[in-house]
Amino acid sequence: MFTLTSLEQEALYLSLLVSGWAVVGSLPVGIACAWLLARREFPGKALVDGLIHLPLVLPPVVVGYFLLVLLGRRGVVGGALYDWFGITIAFTWKGAAIASAVIAFPLMVRAIRLSLEGVDRGLEQAARTLGCGPVATFFSVTLPLVMPGILTGVILAFARSLSEFGATITFVSNIPGETRTLPIALYALTQVPGGDEAALRLCIISVVVAFAALLAAEILSRRVQARLKG
Amino acid sequence: MLELAVTRRQGTFQVQVELNTGTGVTALFGPSGSGKTSVINMVAGLSRPDCGRIVVDDKVLFDSTIGIDVAPEHRRLGYVFQDGRLFPHLSVRSNLNFGLNRLSASERRVDFDAVIEVLGIGHLLDRRPALLSGGEKQRVAIGRALLASPRILLMDEPLAALDSNRKAEVLPFIGALSKRFAIPILYVSHSMDEVLSLADTLVLMDQGRAAAAGPTEEVLSRLELRALTGRWEAGSVIRAVVQGHDTETGMTRLSFAGGTLAMARNHLPPGASVRLRIHASDIAIALDRPGRVSVRNILPARVRSVSAAEGHMVDVVLDCGGTDLWAQISGCAQADLALQPGMEVHAMIKALTIARGDVAEKGDAA
Repeated sequence: MFTLTSLEQEALYLSLLVSGWAVVGSLPVGIACAWLLARREFPGKALVDGLIHLPLVLPPVVVGYFLLVLLGRRGVVGGALYDWFGITIAFTWKGAAIASAVIAFPLMVRAIRLSLEGVDRGLEQAARTLGCGPVATFFSVTLPLVMPGILTGVILAFARSLSEFGATITFVSNIPGETRTLPIALYALTQVPGGDEAALRLCIISVVVAFAALLAAEILSRRVQARLKG
Repeated sequence: MLELAVTRRQGTFQVQVELNTGTGVTALFGPSGSGKTSVINMVAGLSRPDCGRIVVDDKVLFDSTIGIDVAPEHRRLGYVFQDGRLFPHLSVRSNLNFGLNRLSASERRVDFDAVIEVLGIGHLLDRRPALLSGGEKQRVAIGRALLASPRILLMDEPLAALDSNRKAEVLPFIGALSKRFAIPILYVSHSMDEVLSLADTLVLMDQGRAAAAGPTEEVLSRLELRALTGRWEAGSVIRAVVQGHDTETGMTRLSFAGGTLAMARNHLPPGASVRLRIHASDIAIALDRPGRVSVRNILPARVRSVSAAEGHMVDVVLDCGGTDLWAQISGCAQADLALQPGMEVHAMIKALTIARGDVAEKGDAA
């Protein structure tokens, strides 16, 4: 029987917590950005587009360092947050969630944007002629039709968050019980002699979690598709 | 009901239309690209005129001079699109209720059950749009627009995407709607069949302008509009009533102001009020009443006018008991007969030249 050690349980729990919050927290922003990029023309759009995609091409360590400079206790934003509200982000699991969210953000936005661009604007016009305002139309017509894209975006972002390492270790380091997620625990084990067996077990757990996430995504997306097709 | 005077430039194309429509069905008829859809999109608020004014039922929806531009969702107009545009993620029932649910109780003037009954869509309520046939989709789309209790129903070639069987399945419903629910309809079409069986008033669109407007029979029978209406073979459109069917001879008798017409048997109920089109080239003219002849319809008439038409043809307008019949004869025939206005003649129409498609049941305006 494969029972988890307390270290494994803790790393798994943290990974799920961090990735879950990373996705949930960034989803509304992701949908808003995708909508802006898909539907609106504004000056500096190319710049915004590039900025959103930057984490995809930058080394994660750069993103992590940038977050540290920005959100660290002595950072521009982080300092203010600490001074006024007593909130610390760096070196906490919340920081890990933010790092994961930033890294995974481009994947999420891309998937939702593509889906939004595929929505028949005529359906939105039809909703308007039926007495539905722009905001209500977005929630009752556009959003349900974009659901497959949102699902894809969420799964991609979640999977990317689970595997996040570089930005996380730079920004929030390796703190047991706080920021030591599966990849970080795995990395730590490979750095000590005799950690091979424990590392292998973490590998298996990672594979199982990732696979379960993909499977769940597939089942959900089939359901959504079936709903749209009747 | 609808008062419209708008101008809108789209690239090099300019739509400039003035319209006043009443009750019943008003058809905007014209070739593709004549600006028909642009006009109803402006009425619906889906596109914005550069300048002008749109009023429906005394409510100003758009007025560029005083800066009024009511959002589409506040215009209370029903719009039936060519491609249906049912919401794929909702059941038929939810689609039908989409507009209805957004109305307060006092604004609801159209009864759900009545619409379901008239459109015959009761058995579809729990289905998804993806599982409906083209004709069913359009009926649901019509129901959805109607249930929003619109001031006016806008229809943009709702039958264009359907084959002729599906078309015949939806057409009668549209005719029944305007009367049953007392909602005026603005109907965009480039199909003469649809215009004949639906339109009380006809607006001919040409190159972004309303070239002519008036009662359907009158507009269609006007010679000078032939260039616009003549894509379908030119002729007169008259009103008639089905007298009865003769099973033995296989004929149907129609009566109109100028007499009785025989045609190949059709399935219209006796007593039905119909519209009938008689192609100008199907009418022959005789100075004396011919004796033994196969032509079944020989009607006494008086020549009203004679004018030259293109290609050595001559247009002759006959007054047949107060109804104008437009005949086209060759210049050579005119040389022989020397027709003059005021002459008493006989109009001859072969029964078989009146095809079933030339007759459409159409009651008087609501």
